[in-house]
Amino acid sequence: MTTTVHRQAPPAGPDPRPEDDRRRLFRIPDRVRRGGLPYLLLLPALIFELIVHVIPMVLGVVMSLKELTQLYIRQWWQAPWTGWGNYRVAVDVNAPIGRALLDSFLVTCAFTVLAVGLCWLFGTAAAVLMQDHFRGRGVLRAIFLTPYALPLYASVIVWAFMFQHDNGLVNHVLHDQLGVTSKPSFWLIGDNSFFSLLVVSVWRNWPFAFLCVMAGLQNIPRELYEASAIDGAGIWQQIRLITLPSLRSINQVLVLVLFLWTFNDFATPYVLFGRSAPAAGDLISVHIYSASFVTWNFGAGSAMSVLMLLFLSVVTAAYLLLTSRGRRNRG
Amino acid sequence: MSVRVRTAIGAVFGATLLAALPGCGGGTSTGGGGDGHPKTLTYWASNQGASLEDDKAKLTPELQAFEKQTGIKVKLEVVPWTDLLNRILGAASSGQGPDVLNIGNTWSASLQTTGALLPFDDKNFAKVGGRDRFQDSALASTGAPGKAPTAVPLYSLAYGLYYNKKLFADAGITKPPATWDELVQDGKRLTGGGHYGLAVEGGNVSENIHHAFVFAKQHGADFFDAAGKPTFTSQGAVDGVKQYVDFIARDKIAAPGNAEYAQNESVADFANGKAAMLLWQAAGANLQKHGMKPDQYGVAPVPVQSGTPGPGNNIDTMVAGINIAVFKNSGNLDGALKFVQFMTGDAEQKKLNGEYGSIPPVKTASQDPAFNTPELTVLRNAIATSAAPLPQVPKESQFEELVGGAVKDLLADAAAGRPVTTQSVQARLAKAQQQMQ
Repeated sequence: MTTTVHRQAPPAGPDPRPEDDRRRLFRIPDRVRRGGLPYLLLLPALIFELIVHVIPMVLGVVMSLKELTQLYIRQWWQAPWTGWGNYRVAVDVNAPIGRALLDSFLVTCAFTVLAVGLCWLFGTAAAVLMQDHFRGRGVLRAIFLTPYALPLYASVIVWAFMFQHDNGLVNHVLHDQLGVTSKPSFWLIGDNSFFSLLVVSVWRNWPFAFLCVMAGLQNIPRELYEASAIDGAGIWQQIRLITLPSLRSINQVLVLVLFLWTFNDFATPYVLFGRSAPAAGDLISVHIYSASFVTWNFGAGSAMSVLMLLFLSVVTAAYLLLTSRGRRNRG
Repeated sequence: MSVRVRTAIGAVFGATLLAALPGCGGGTSTGGGGDGHPKTLTYWASNQGASLEDDKAKLTPELQAFEKQTGIKVKLEVVPWTDLLNRILGAASSGQGPDVLNIGNTWSASLQTTGALLPFDDKNFAKVGGRDRFQDSALASTGAPGKAPTAVPLYSLAYGLYYNKKLFADAGITKPPATWDELVQDGKRLTGGGHYGLAVEGGNVSENIHHAFVFAKQHGADFFDAAGKPTFTSQGAVDGVKQYVDFIARDKIAAPGNAEYAQNESVADFANGKAAMLLWQAAGANLQKHGMKPDQYGVAPVPVQSGTPGPGNNIDTMVAGINIAVFKNSGNLDGALKFVQFMTGDAEQKKLNGEYGSIPPVKTASQDPAFNTPELTVLRNAIATSAAPLPQVPKESQFEELVGGAVKDLLADAAAGRPVTTQSVQARLAKAQQQMQ
């Protein structure tokens, strides 16, 4: 306490005290010393933020304005400027490249909406069902979380084997055993690839929703349920009027995170389909990868990435604005 | 207080230094090569053996022999195929890379335009023993025609027709087909009861492009004209692609499920007797790994439209293989060239090609009796007389991706029972051509 008072005591101007001789090495004006120190301490973090996030992003934007092919990768800064050329090609939906990007974008949107919805539904349903104590609850929880704990490559490649046309487990069960389909279906090529991708993605990500909702449920006081039961509320009313409103803030973050992960997912489609995915499973991140790395056109790939970044930023901002405003009004 | 301030300033200073470091770190070795480290070399080898470990075991004794000869220690890294091109592009853009590296020979022209690899002009070629030591067809896939090669041939491969002797005998077929008509006829006799005449790797973009290239050639078409402009929709290219897709679509001699094969399932199918024929490059070692004995399969030249394999329209294989290149920014150019000379010397060529089941692109080494097995004789003759390199154009990898992908889609259509017509093939190839920027 006394030191604090003491520290603020000396007036502005040259410091007369002899004990401060050491400080001459770094002569800092008092104003900075008092007001600026917090900012000074933040500076390293700011610099790292620049290195890790801002500079690569700016470089990406710069590259997107250049005609960056293999001719220039040794001195990419010398690649010729194309201005908006790469963007024009990317958004021109009447030309093949823009058309393919748009198709891939639409597939990704449909896929993301379905995958996030199903993940959330399964996660919430499982968490609500397991809210009460029963024998074997711990074991079940552990089993539910396994897909999330498995290494991605290993689990997705197993799915790829199961989806095989000739020897896969899925066709064996659906066609050979149950006779649901009249002939074995293709799951890794053609239109069905959308559903196989959806199944694998939901299987991988729903445990995360389950985990988050389960944590959220711990914070709802049991008394609320007991009181509502006395008032005659059924199970659906309890879920609708107690559980879901209490989970609101968790859901807000959960849905956003799931949305960003699913939309950006590269590894799942890449492992499942390889570098040239069928049209129905052509997610945008793999599409951009083949448009830039595989075909050595890094400028075009950067332009597509920037467009994707803009789209995700707009969606995220709109989502946060809408959901937060709704909550404020209720509060 | 003052201590805290000083710590803060120290931290800021340190962070600034760190931030500045990556910027100037590249300067040390981007200076255009020289002799920065005369006693060491870094070598990126491609994955030729059964596994990365297998490659290491095969190459390490050779690298030790090289060290004994020259006193230069070689640091080996075996890079899997899925990473190799990305790694090379990363090395090219950063200027930080290996001294010597393997490249797939179809990348030669594309990598040539990056300027990251040392051109083998007459002077450099002389240092590794001269251009005359190598097969012409192998040299043709080391870069764009008329320019100094960007690499030197290391291992050569070609396609052959592998056939199951027992299934052929059971069906009463006495000799392997020499033309595609015969192959389709034989294939129909061999198809039935869950067995198929032919196995194709339809989900693999690279395999598709290799076959599409040969079929187009046999119809007198090239995918690029002399000026390097894409000509994917020429009549010959369309007919060629259709002929390949028809194995599943019209002839039905390959199982529809082949359309999604991308993990070498077709090799396994052939080895297990599910398919009686397979078009593959040096499949021997792979087949034996699946339990097929060398006397159970025969190897014949890949069929042609009519006559016998040869130049022109009777090309029956691409020049497949691996080239060895020197990174222009190497800190030990002399040592790197010595290493290339060592690897392409007769002794190493015989030894390494023998172990990998490939053919030496070096003429003298390929005459060695070790390469006189029935399988390798067929492949060696193909390389010498009826092989052509894939288009040596800067946009080769884009072509491979787009046309290979188009063929994959067409095979998927065929597998799903949708009709594949000349028009649909043409439309799909036209789309691929439009996507070439």
